Amino acid sequence: MIRLLQIEFIKLWNNRASKVLIISYFALLTSIALVAAIKFDIGPIKFHLADQGIFNFPYIWHFNTFITGFFKLFLAIVIVSMMSNEYSNKTIKQNLIDGLSKKEFILSKFLTVITFSLVSTLFVFIVSLILGLFYSDFTEVSIILSDLEFILAFFIKLTGFFSFCLFLGVLVKRSAFALGFLILWQVFEGIFRGIIRWKFFDGETTDTIMGFFPLQAMFNLIKEPFSRLGAVQSVANQMGEKLALDYYIHWYEIVIVMAWIAIFIYGSYAILKKRDL
Amino acid sequence: MSTILTVNNLTKKFGYLTAVKDLSFTIEKGNVYGILGPNGSGKSTTLGIVLNVVNKTSGEFAWFGGDTSTHEALKKVGAIIERPNFYPYMTALQNLKLVCKIKDVSEEKIEEKLDIVGLLDRKNSKFRTFSLGMKQRLAIASALLNDPEILILDEPTNGLDPQGIHQIREIIKTIAAKGTTILLASHLLDEVEKVCSHVVILRKGEKLYSGRVDSLQASFGFFELKSDNLEKLKSYLSTNENFGSIKQENGLVTAILTSELDAQSLNKLLFEKGIIVSHLVKRKESLEEQFLALTKNANA
Repeated sequence: MIRLLQIEFIKLWNNRASKVLIISYFALLTSIALVAAIKFDIGPIKFHLADQGIFNFPYIWHFNTFITGFFKLFLAIVIVSMMSNEYSNKTIKQNLIDGLSKKEFILSKFLTVITFSLVSTLFVFIVSLILGLFYSDFTEVSIILSDLEFILAFFIKLTGFFSFCLFLGVLVKRSAFALGFLILWQVFEGIFRGIIRWKFFDGETTDTIMGFFPLQAMFNLIKEPFSRLGAVQSVANQMGEKLALDYYIHWYEIVIVMAWIAIFIYGSYAILKKRDL
Repeated sequence: MSTILTVNNLTKKFGYLTAVKDLSFTIEKGNVYGILGPNGSGKSTTLGIVLNVVNKTSGEFAWFGGDTSTHEALKKVGAIIERPNFYPYMTALQNLKLVCKIKDVSEEKIEEKLDIVGLLDRKNSKFRTFSLGMKQRLAIASALLNDPEILILDEPTNGLDPQGIHQIREIIKTIAAKGTTILLASHLLDEVEKVCSHVVILRKGEKLYSGRVDSLQASFGFFELKSDNLEKLKSYLSTNENFGSIKQENGLVTAILTSELDAQSLNKLLFEKGIIVSHLVKRKESLEEQFLALTKNANA
């Protein structure tokens, strides 16, 4: 296993484009800390984002995993290209001839995906922990440790997304087309939602059905955190509206994404196995 | 002598096209094999199948007696297929280190192998800066990293300039002299003739011949004759049972022998019949002529 990771590491780290993207990705993850520095002080209006409660435990776990989730696109490019480059350089052929089995080949890519997700999760955990300790109104251990399932959800979400990218890289063989396909798929899910909502089902059923589609399923894992914010809640209360919140992570949402991960990885292997290179 | 590779009734179909048809052969340790065949005869497909990159349609192949899985066996094989494939953004050294990781061998032999192919001074240059000849030499160095039991080369001199071809051939000869088993696929016959002890000849995916090079060439040879009286010469030759087919080209008559006959006897015979020849040469077919004859016969 270490050998497979080392193989992939050599391939990635010696590629300047990948290296730059990976470094900027982790720099961006860290930079979420800079949000704390947002401070407006225009005469009577005083606004300090850090004071708005976004860094309060346990809310910070939710907020940070949601926001940093968007940066995953950087690594998506790296993963799609690490797969499609093997095709365009024909190095996949040479790897197999040199004695890597097709299973090991996919496994080395998948292990890389897991590593990326794991390191990202660790980064977000540490950055959030530090930010929280600085700005949170509550720093009791029991509060800090509550809602940690968002960290787990973050890991599953990233692994799912990267596995999807890996699968597209294997399927399409060209990085630009694979990324295009990813966007197309997002649009497709949107259109499909529109159609079934319009013609067939009510809102709730539509949401349930869409929850089975890969990108929506990954998105569902960590729901938007803004309506949970104290300030937003109080505004809603004043307007006489009660915001119904269901921001918890449900076990079946995790199972759906895990199933997609299995489908994508096994699918990549099946395609590779069937293909003549 | 131990068997390195056994291929039994191997068949590969690409849709309607049968690229390899019911092919069987065996590779023994210590010999230098050539796979000969015109372009598109299934050489690369056959190698692709045994090297785990092309899926077979039916048939069997087994490495080293079949005790290990194909990808484990391939770690003991060095192979280059068609074009050298490496990561263009990595240096020669980095590429070879990666190969070492894949083959699970130590990195200490890298410098030694780079030296064999004469690339030691370019080890820190990126692969994309290499000329085709250098890329091909790097591929050979990479194939040698694990001191392979067998070296498989598919068209190793394809697309190279004469100097590059010469360098590659010298390297192959050096390696062959060390007793490494080599399997060389090529359509360049003199290449095969120069280095190989055994050949497998393919045409349209079918095996036409497999065996030693010298037994392929063990025919009776042929005569090239010229005379002022070509008609009389030809009519005599066609009555002589020593000869098979007789061809005439630019006033030169070529008569293929079907049994032993030396030049002296023929000259005497012809003189007795009143045919005076101005040119009489007895020759043996080169591998190229043999090969053309074989592939043409199968065509008819």
